Amino acid sequence: MHAEAVVRKPLVTGGKTVHDVTEDICIRVEQAPAKSWYAAMAVSLALLGYGTFCVFTLVWEGIGSWGLNKTVGWAWDITNFVWWVGIGHAGTLISAILLLFRQRWRMSINRAAEAMTIFAVICALQFPLLHMGRPWIGAIWALPLPNTYGSLWVNFNSPLLWDVFAISTYFSVSLVFWYIGLVPDFATIRDRATGISKKIYGALSLGWDGAAKTWSRYETVALVLAGLATPLVLSVHTIVSFDFATSVIPGWHTTIFPPYFVAGAIFSGFAMVLTLMIVTRHVYKLQDYITIEHISLMNIIIMVTGSIVGVAYITELFIAWYSGVEGEQYAFFNRALGPYWWAYASMMTCNVISPQLFWFKKIRTSIAATFVISIIVNIGMWFERFVIIVTSLHRDFLPSSWAMFYPTWVDIGVYIFTFGLFFTCFFAFAKFFPVINMAEVKSIIKATGEKKK
Amino acid sequence: MKETKKQYWKGLEELTKNPEFEKHADKEFPEYLPISGESEGTGASRRDFLKLMGFGVAAASLAACETPVRKAIPYLNKPVDVDPGVPNYYASSYVNGNEYCSVVVKTREGRPIKIDGNKLSTVSGGGTSSQAQASVLSLYDKERLQGPELGGKSVSWDELDAEVAKQLAGANRIALVSASVFSPSTLATIEALKAKYAGLELIEYDQVSFSGALAANEKSFGKRAIPSYDFSKADTIVSFDADFLGNWLNGALHSKQFAQTRRLNDKKKTMSRLYSFESNLSLTGSNADYRNAIKPSEQGAYIANLYNMLAAKVGAPAVSAPKVGDTAVLTKAANDLWSSKAKSLVVSGSNDENVQVLVNAINNLLGCYGTTIDLASAVNTRKGDDKAMVNFIKDLNAGNIDGVLFFNSNPVYDHALGAQIATGLKKAKFSLSTSDRKDETASLTSAIAPDNHFLESWNDFEPVTGKFSLSQPTISNLFNTRQAGQSFLVWSGSSESYFDFVKARWTAKADGDKQTYWDKTVQAGIVENTVEAEEVTFSADVAAAGSGIKSTASGVELVMYEKSAIGNGSQANNPWLQEMPDPITKAVWDNYLTISPKMAEELGLKLGDMTTQLVSLKVGNNEPIKVPAMVQPGQANGTVGLAVGYGRTSGGKVANGVGVNAYPLMDYKTGAQSKAVTTGVSVSLSGEEYRVAQTQTHHTYMGRENVIQESILSKYQKDPSAGRDFPMITTYSGKTKPGNVSLWSGHEYPNHHWGMTIDLNSCTGCGACTVSCQAENNVPVVGKEEVLNRREMTWLRIDRYYSSDAEEGDLKDMEIPSAENPEVTFQPMMCQQCNNAPCETVCPVAATNHSTEGLNQMAYNRCIGTRYCANNCPYKVRRFNWFKYHDNDQFPENTSMNNDLGKMVLNPDVTVRSRGVMEKCSFCVQRIQYGKLEAKKEGRRPVDGEITSACASACPSEAIVFGDLKDPKSRISQMLKLENGENGPEVKEERAYHVLEELAVKPNVWYFTKIRNKEEKEANA
Repeated sequence: MHAEAVVRKPLVTGGKTVHDVTEDICIRVEQAPAKSWYAAMAVSLALLGYGTFCVFTLVWEGIGSWGLNKTVGWAWDITNFVWWVGIGHAGTLISAILLLFRQRWRMSINRAAEAMTIFAVICALQFPLLHMGRPWIGAIWALPLPNTYGSLWVNFNSPLLWDVFAISTYFSVSLVFWYIGLVPDFATIRDRATGISKKIYGALSLGWDGAAKTWSRYETVALVLAGLATPLVLSVHTIVSFDFATSVIPGWHTTIFPPYFVAGAIFSGFAMVLTLMIVTRHVYKLQDYITIEHISLMNIIIMVTGSIVGVAYITELFIAWYSGVEGEQYAFFNRALGPYWWAYASMMTCNVISPQLFWFKKIRTSIAATFVISIIVNIGMWFERFVIIVTSLHRDFLPSSWAMFYPTWVDIGVYIFTFGLFFTCFFAFAKFFPVINMAEVKSIIKATGEKKK
Repeated sequence: MKETKKQYWKGLEELTKNPEFEKHADKEFPEYLPISGESEGTGASRRDFLKLMGFGVAAASLAACETPVRKAIPYLNKPVDVDPGVPNYYASSYVNGNEYCSVVVKTREGRPIKIDGNKLSTVSGGGTSSQAQASVLSLYDKERLQGPELGGKSVSWDELDAEVAKQLAGANRIALVSASVFSPSTLATIEALKAKYAGLELIEYDQVSFSGALAANEKSFGKRAIPSYDFSKADTIVSFDADFLGNWLNGALHSKQFAQTRRLNDKKKTMSRLYSFESNLSLTGSNADYRNAIKPSEQGAYIANLYNMLAAKVGAPAVSAPKVGDTAVLTKAANDLWSSKAKSLVVSGSNDENVQVLVNAINNLLGCYGTTIDLASAVNTRKGDDKAMVNFIKDLNAGNIDGVLFFNSNPVYDHALGAQIATGLKKAKFSLSTSDRKDETASLTSAIAPDNHFLESWNDFEPVTGKFSLSQPTISNLFNTRQAGQSFLVWSGSSESYFDFVKARWTAKADGDKQTYWDKTVQAGIVENTVEAEEVTFSADVAAAGSGIKSTASGVELVMYEKSAIGNGSQANNPWLQEMPDPITKAVWDNYLTISPKMAEELGLKLGDMTTQLVSLKVGNNEPIKVPAMVQPGQANGTVGLAVGYGRTSGGKVANGVGVNAYPLMDYKTGAQSKAVTTGVSVSLSGEEYRVAQTQTHHTYMGRENVIQESILSKYQKDPSAGRDFPMITTYSGKTKPGNVSLWSGHEYPNHHWGMTIDLNSCTGCGACTVSCQAENNVPVVGKEEVLNRREMTWLRIDRYYSSDAEEGDLKDMEIPSAENPEVTFQPMMCQQCNNAPCETVCPVAATNHSTEGLNQMAYNRCIGTRYCANNCPYKVRRFNWFKYHDNDQFPENTSMNNDLGKMVLNPDVTVRSRGVMEKCSFCVQRIQYGKLEAKKEGRRPVDGEITSACASACPSEAIVFGDLKDPKSRISQMLKLENGENGPEVKEERAYHVLEELAVKPNVWYFTKIRNKEEKEANA
């Protein structure tokens, strides 16, 4: 058993008992949703509906309904893809790596973080599919499936194919990990539920019986999956960065990309977790479970990864100058001072400067400041990908082909589509699934006896 | 717990080990089941039944779905000379108005689909212009008239002929208005018409007139003709606003001749020097070694001064010449002319008789007549007489002309006084046009007798005296049209067919078997007789001409010009030409007012990314017109340029409403045409924003020596590798060439290895190759809006770079081209067919891959459209099908894919790409395959030159050479001086370089350095 020093500050405050935990969490599943939930869901569905229309336009008319051109072949599509994948890094990092490091404070946030991961990866997956000129065949041909075309196989040299493997693996492992974690909590809900819910949650809980043997297996599986997921946290964004790093385009062709991308992904993932957690915490009154201490710790991680990202930006500039390569130098000159200087400036401000504010404890422990900065960080991270993709492409080797990229309403609409998808999923999750891992949190509740002392 | 040893049995049979039972004991169902058909020996099993039933149901349900019906009509009786899949080639002549080119037409299954130059012709030199290339699409223009019309109603030819005969018989004076007629047989039919109708008069005019030069030549040499020029013999060329590489007279031939003087190799280390004095930056000016931007009103003064400089050397009397500002370049030109003497050539595009007399005098002083100028070989394609045309218009408006026949002309649109013709036509009793469409003129005439397209016609031509060419139909009439020559014959009362008429005229001269002679002549397409050179004596009054030179003006001056693609506007309904980027501005689908950067600043013109403003242009008493302003480096300050050929109102759906019509602005104050208006021009901002679509918006090469490598002649003579950039990669063992460090093991090329060289010195940037590529490879036209979205589909583009005055390293200022006189470099850019192709490695589905012949090939069917390849292409030559461009009403401009008639032009050997796939230059793989098959059928290797790409075959200056690198005797191997080194073949030619060599993608396209014939201190590079 895990021993905890008595003097250590409790991770769950408010003197919650084990029963309180069950009550506090299950009530959200059992009660009819609040009006605010309906409103939020309606907005999400509206976004999803409008987004679906944009997706339909895109697929019906062709990629030409985006603003891409002969010079800039990827813009918002891959920017959004990398952005969502990056966001999808926090959940698994929190659950897997922090589990391995026995950071028990993760327990109140890992459920929502993992859910967010799953939904973010689902959103991310829309773009590799939708950005294809012929998604109806591309979705199949990008997979190494046996076929009747003779010896026709996928191109194993292509980083895009590595992406297919990396992301599908990450998605499957994250999903299983999340689901395994949900099983005991589903069982709790099942035990309290009646009627049809009992049947559904019964089926979802896979016949959980709470026996010691079951718990033992559960913990073993969680540990094994954590072990599996940990390298994936690092590998996914490493491989996503290979899309750029293995190319010849100045600004893409950079060996620093894998660590830089992973740091950026954790940075944006934590920011997104914070954005969502602060809202959930407030609406569901979970202040005792998700404490200021949690927020402060996560802010520290944001500050650290933000600094890593900042160092990476500066390293890129240094290497461009130091390499003496004309194209490379121009690419970075153009980023900072070319027609897209505003994107570079936004990226620098949001990603490098804003997280430095977390050096101040006051800001680090302020809910409002954290909320604002967490959103700023994700705006910055979107711009980072935009800067990397668009400003590198729009002016590469031959000046004759230099061009600007202007987004169309469909570019924006497909991005909105993923927001609609994400929030619809997230609000559905918040209503129907236990947002905090009850089973785990109960293990960090101070026992009644201790409290009495 | 101990394991139990208990055993259970199913029944007594098992316990007793009954052999009958044991036999089937391993089977789940011991009794017989009819599942293993064959072993049991029965024919059909239950499984077979299920299979068949499943197939039957699926087939039945599939058959129930409606599939689109596509009609393929087989030959009932196969024509002898038409084999499906096998092209036939016919020699013919492209003639459109006064434009001429001897061509070879490729037909497939009886449809002409491609035009290439006739290599036998010395008149067009085997090259083609973009207009000749595109003319095959004009054949399939849906908006051509489908039959004769009388008073706006469709009639039969008999009805029309009866009416014409009646009207002509009743007319006293009849004018036959035409562009210069240079078909001997057509002229004969016109003679026949004249014989029948005494009052008939032929009035020839040219859209851009040579009337002044014709008159000057008559004055100077007693011969009213334009001579043939031979630029290949000239060491010094001085051009005063004569865009001889563009649309001046015979651009295709001049490009070839000029390129000969520019080509450099170990045996020939000299090249010509070209001086250009002009207002707009033209193709010629952009290829000039020295260019002076002058105002049109200064041209005469410059020429007079040049004359005086040369006269001083000879000791001839000077003429009165107004002073000109800067004479440094002019003096230099005079010195060069004097040192190259008869190997010189001075040409002027002016239509001023006095100016042309002075030009003749200069050429005469230098002794150019007989060397670079051949007056005996007169060019017949420009014979128009401005005065006759102006008199005709006066007579027409005075009501003195009863009947007007418009042949090969559309003066209501393309003559400055077109509006007067339009009103005057009402006074004529009868008017008729032979136009192929209801154009601006034909829509006002009482009758239309639509002429055939040249690809449907028999005809003969004499573009240059003594040099004939024939035209033969390559398809029967698409519509109920009739050749104008035939019409003239009918109206003159003859019942002979025009074919018989032409043939009889030709065979009359033949010795021996007439049919054989005729067949041979038609097959070759040309008959070229040697013309005895004439002794010419210059007899004009130079002093008088000198004093006739007007002094320079001070206001804003307008200079009209013809664009390479649209030309005089007669083919404006051809979308290939509308979408061909202008060689200089790279703009498509518009004409615009070119203004100097200084003037733009003075006007306060605000420019954005492809956005500009409309300016109001007021010329003389004309209504002000609004045109978009285009800031043009090299534009003479104080001048503005405007292209003719736009602003059609009845040219067809593609042509109408594109740009503004500049013809009415042509100056006729002196009674002769002047394409420059030197007084009364004012330009003001209108404040309205406008977008001009350009395929290139960044105009300098940013000093990147890995892109453009250039030097000057004197340096080249000392060191052939002058101007070359040799990137080196630092490795642990020292510096090495980028190609020596590679992750890849390379490809084996066991048979062929295709390559291409492009000589930047020969390429004039004309753009004929781009249209040829478009026609050959079924490249869609996307329209202005999509070009604005930067999505043109051309596989081959010509990058045009201006030099910049900025300091090296000042990356912001290097973006700005030199305002006054930029050096211009043209660089044709297509897929470089890299041996280490970056696109190939990144495609997730291996849709783009490498052939065993060095080609980087695209499997369109496999492409899923991730565009990763295009992103990773350092040359940005890949093109994505953003939309479905065929059978899609959203792209009405793409006539070759969006109507049944237009589709006839498609090359059946090339797939029409679907939406969502990537495409790019294939090195004309279909031509390679065809050439290899032909050779294989004959049991031999392909001969060098037999297989060539569409761009190389169209190039008038032969700047592009295509061939097999594995063949040591091929032209390309010789040019590159390929030698076998340690790491495979090595290129020893020092001018040859790869663009972006440091990437080591190892392209199969080599560029040869651009060498300018400049003095060291004056060169920018």
